[in-house]
Amino acid sequence: MKVKVLCRNPDNYVRETKKDLPKVPRNYDPSLHPFEIPREYTRALNATKLDRVFAKPFVAALEGHRDGINCISKHPKSLSTVLSGACDGEVKIWNLSTRKCTRTVQAHEGFVRGMCVRFCGNSFFTVSDDKTVKQWKMEGPAYGEQEEPLHTVLGKSVYTGVDHHWTDALFATCGQQVDIWDEQRNSPMQSYSWGVDSVSSVRFNPVEVNILASCASDRSIVLYDVRMPTPLKKFILSMRTNVICWNPMEAFIFTAANENYELFTYDMRRLDEPLRLHTGHLSAVLDVDYSPTGKEFVSASFDKTIRIFPYDSGQSREVYHTKRMQHVTCVRWSSDNRYILSGSDEMNIRVWKANASEKLGLLSPRERNAKDYNKKLMEKFQHHAQVKRIARNRHLPRSTYMQMKEHRTMLAARLKKEENRRKHSKPGTVPKISKKKAAVVAVVE
Amino acid sequence: MKPAKKRGHSTPGPRAMKKMTEEVVLMEPELSASEDEDDGDAERKHQRLLDAISALGGSKRKKKSERTEASLQVSEFGISAEGVREKVCLSDLIKPIKKEKALKKMKSQLGIIKPKKSLELPMNKAEEQKILRQAAYQKSSQEVSRWKKVVTENRKAEQLVFPLNEQPLRPAPIEENLTAWKARTPLEMEIFSMLHKHKQPIVAPVLTPMEKASIKAMSLEEAKRRRIELQRARILQSYYQVKARRERKIKSKSYRKVKKKGRMKQSLKIFEELRKTNPEAALEELEKLEKDRIQERMSLKHQKTGKWAKSRAIMAKYDDEARKAMQEQLQKHKELTTKIAVVTEEKEEEEREEEEEQQEIIPDFVNDAQMSLEGANPWMTGKLRSDAKDAGTAEEAQGQVEAAAKSNEPEKEESEEEAESEEETSLREFQDRRRLRKQLGVEESLTPDSGSAAGVAAQDHAREVSQFNRMFQKMLEENKKEQKLQKKLNATAAVEEKEKKKAEVEEQKRSQEEEEDEEEDPLIIEGMDRTRTMEDLETLRTRETLEELMTPQKPPDKTPQQKPPDKTPQQKKKKAQIISAKDVLAAKAPRVHAPLLPTMMDTEEEEADEKKQKMIIKEAFAGDDVIGDFLKEKRKAIEDAKPKDICLALPGWGSWGGTNLPISAKKKRRFTLKAPPPPPRKDDKLPNVIISENRNKAFAAHQPYVPVKFQKRCENFLRTPIGSTWNPERAVQQLTAPKVVTKTGHIIEPITDDFLQKSEVQGADPTKVLEKELQQLEEKIKRETQTKDPRPQEKNKGHKKSTKSKHNNKKK
Repeated sequence: MKVKVLCRNPDNYVRETKKDLPKVPRNYDPSLHPFEIPREYTRALNATKLDRVFAKPFVAALEGHRDGINCISKHPKSLSTVLSGACDGEVKIWNLSTRKCTRTVQAHEGFVRGMCVRFCGNSFFTVSDDKTVKQWKMEGPAYGEQEEPLHTVLGKSVYTGVDHHWTDALFATCGQQVDIWDEQRNSPMQSYSWGVDSVSSVRFNPVEVNILASCASDRSIVLYDVRMPTPLKKFILSMRTNVICWNPMEAFIFTAANENYELFTYDMRRLDEPLRLHTGHLSAVLDVDYSPTGKEFVSASFDKTIRIFPYDSGQSREVYHTKRMQHVTCVRWSSDNRYILSGSDEMNIRVWKANASEKLGLLSPRERNAKDYNKKLMEKFQHHAQVKRIARNRHLPRSTYMQMKEHRTMLAARLKKEENRRKHSKPGTVPKISKKKAAVVAVVE
Repeated sequence: MKPAKKRGHSTPGPRAMKKMTEEVVLMEPELSASEDEDDGDAERKHQRLLDAISALGGSKRKKKSERTEASLQVSEFGISAEGVREKVCLSDLIKPIKKEKALKKMKSQLGIIKPKKSLELPMNKAEEQKILRQAAYQKSSQEVSRWKKVVTENRKAEQLVFPLNEQPLRPAPIEENLTAWKARTPLEMEIFSMLHKHKQPIVAPVLTPMEKASIKAMSLEEAKRRRIELQRARILQSYYQVKARRERKIKSKSYRKVKKKGRMKQSLKIFEELRKTNPEAALEELEKLEKDRIQERMSLKHQKTGKWAKSRAIMAKYDDEARKAMQEQLQKHKELTTKIAVVTEEKEEEEREEEEEQQEIIPDFVNDAQMSLEGANPWMTGKLRSDAKDAGTAEEAQGQVEAAAKSNEPEKEESEEEAESEEETSLREFQDRRRLRKQLGVEESLTPDSGSAAGVAAQDHAREVSQFNRMFQKMLEENKKEQKLQKKLNATAAVEEKEKKKAEVEEQKRSQEEEEDEEEDPLIIEGMDRTRTMEDLETLRTRETLEELMTPQKPPDKTPQQKPPDKTPQQKKKKAQIISAKDVLAAKAPRVHAPLLPTMMDTEEEEADEKKQKMIIKEAFAGDDVIGDFLKEKRKAIEDAKPKDICLALPGWGSWGGTNLPISAKKKRRFTLKAPPPPPRKDDKLPNVIISENRNKAFAAHQPYVPVKFQKRCENFLRTPIGSTWNPERAVQQLTAPKVVTKTGHIIEPITDDFLQKSEVQGADPTKVLEKELQQLEEKIKRETQTKDPRPQEKNKGHKKSTKSKHNNKKK
């Protein structure tokens, strides 16, 4: 009689060394794993729910200022360093990892209107209502030394903003006109003025470093080139633009934060119409900053919320708010694409996660894989009603919610009125103008 | 500049004035030509001279300030105002020199001098600035545009890893790190001396002069490309060889027939082209055709006299197929010998309409369902039983009998049509049309008149066969009557224009719509409700579904009552012929002889297994009357979908007072609103399907809403699982790769110029494109070689055909 014995080849299951991963034999025969779509759907649903449950974007608040915060700037070389300027002329340098203020400078006597860090990260510039531009060392004074600026330039008029060139020793200020300064000189190299209104903000292009843009209170946005003696172009919007921000990955794209509750993304080469309108805010948008990947941007508004917009979407994907956060005056996206910093009227700087449900700290490979898989699942089933609803649900404080409702009603009424007018007038006399077209009043050459 | 000029015209500035005076000066010589004026001139000069002399006298008289303008006006009193505003010009001065010969040379030189035109006004500063700005803007926007490619690439990229410009670490060669290194030990010395002797390189890159030369001669890239090109040529050659060999070997008659038809069509196409480009050549072609016809007439090729034909003729009495073949031959003869007759477009259209009417009524799978495996549970085999034993009630049985009669007709037709189509499957055009017809058939769900159907079908067959001929005829006619053709062409051009305009309008509309579409779905929905736990989310979900149901986003389809019951008489007529689904379902289906078992022979074991399985299933469903249940269910569904009569009768005049009293039947009758007849159901013709057109609330929550344009893509995406349960590790990694990858603690800096250069370098790699092409070719060849000789398939087809024809005979 033949006896059959079960035996296995030890090569198939014995590890060569202890550090080898144990082999897990798997059979991918689809008949063994039926119902793939329903199973994945359930997983997606769970992932979405967990995503929402873990969505706790608020990380920390940096307290210490004694007046509303007017400007924030990131350090170009250090992730943990952030500078903030307040309305009482105080500038604070913060260490994000310890969440402590490392240095305080009484920089000006009025508002710190603008602040920027030099590209090397060794010094920073501040401008103020007291008609001065000051350059400061990043490091604090040594023992026994007095806190003094490296340079002080006394100007003729109030300065409202400053920005530094990304590679050269140039910086630009704005006030009555846009001035380009050499760091070594006490008078501007070049002054641009076009019209008489005061310019509220100026920003250098991070990619095409010689181009800069400014926005003025006459509702215009003006483009400049440092190498040219004249401005390049001006276009006028229906309402005032507060700040503009260039996309750090796309040289010709910039976004303007407007008073009419909207943000406009423009292509520098085609100014007659914005590429996109970004709606969602319920009050004037006060600041905007692109994520360093250029895929998203964050905006701060007078309506006490921060919103995150994908660069190609008209609606925000996220809205952040807390009970105590007042009008958000400035916002920045950290250079590692992880955090968002917001400064608001009530003297706090808040640190938020850019992805609300992201886990902080290091991820193990398994965690990372699970995260990727869940994200993909959510993307895959995003159009399913349940997933969609859960993923999109956001809480808003009552006041803001009511405001939103009111705003919606207003918009609807306006739309209806226009529609009625069109209906009751001679066909063709009341043309349908797209919102995009209506955004730009004129382009001046 | 234009604007400057304009301004000059409107308010003459000093410069403009100067110009005017110049003109006056230029005109002067002409004026002075007349003698009178000459005299006047002389007088005036004389006067001046006298004045000058008197002035020399020393008496300082005050000069009267004269208003010379005034004198112009008072000229009518005889005072000459000539020369008041004239200026002395060069010609006047030269006059006295005229006579002197010595100064001739100078005179000629003076003649050359002409008053120069004045310079343009310097541009208005604002204008100047504007131009400068325009130029500057253009320049800088051009400069910025060089990023366009990088930007689009990054936007499209499957995955972007930030920071972008981070380079992977690589070990640096020793030479870079140790510059002051020298050979010291004797061994090293020896090695180096050897290297020197043989002219071998010592520092990196480690290349001998020979190698360097070879690299220079042909770059690796180029060599690769050339090799690939050669390879491709070889593969192409072998591909065509294989193809040709395979085709040559095919013996199937039908294949040849199809091929021939294809060739004919091709030649027709060529002919048409010729007609357009080179009418003479086309004429020759025509003559050739005519010759063919004559030959056909002369020969007896397609007549009854041939050997084969005779044998067929004998067989025709008994064998249907032979008869058919005979008829076909005769038909062919007829076609070939008929002189081309005129076929107008209208006629053709009519015919086409007829054809369309003449479609299949029931899709193929209905028939499939009716040929069943005896005994097995139909749900398990996916097929419905045909025998009436299980059908339950007597009523149903009766229904079957009725349906059998009705369903016979379409059945026959369909099989016929199928036979035709099998002949021409490879002609794509034809197939497409057929498919279209089929679709129409399903939509309209009509059956043709049973009496005329057969006749129409026969005609249809003939029509399809002679389609080629007809086209030719049309063309000939066109060729003969060029004028007509031109008119037609014009007409078609007009139509095309109209269509274009239409298309444009549509496009505009579409673009408008798109713009409107851009007001997209919000990415988030903001509300006051907080969701912190899974339970919250759960409730959220249910609420959402309710909400969605309350607000119909898109009415999925009109409810039966909403459809207006307006129908043309034609439709009504057709409706009368509609076979009720119930009848079809329960009908005793005519047997279709087709291989029920798969062509591949199974092993015995598997068969045994299957039997066992069937037995188990039979046991499990022993008491169930599945078909009966289904039929009941369907009947109920139909009943439910029917709109109900509404009784509006109320107690009142003429009825007794009090509670719980029945309303009189008369009143009821009077005040009942009769419901309109229900619209045709989609599943009327589909016996084993219930199609419910109502929205199912339970499903709604789980169904995706995807814009139509993305639907296909989305479906494909959904169908492939991405989890590790279904995919191996690597595949999962690839499938779930995030779009943007960032590294913790790394500063992402703005994109820099070197990235631009990199992308330019990477730009286009021709070898890659070639390689891809090659791969495709190879795959194609593989496929070609794998497909076996098509003969067996042909045989199969033939078999099927014959069975079908037999089947038809039986019916007859």
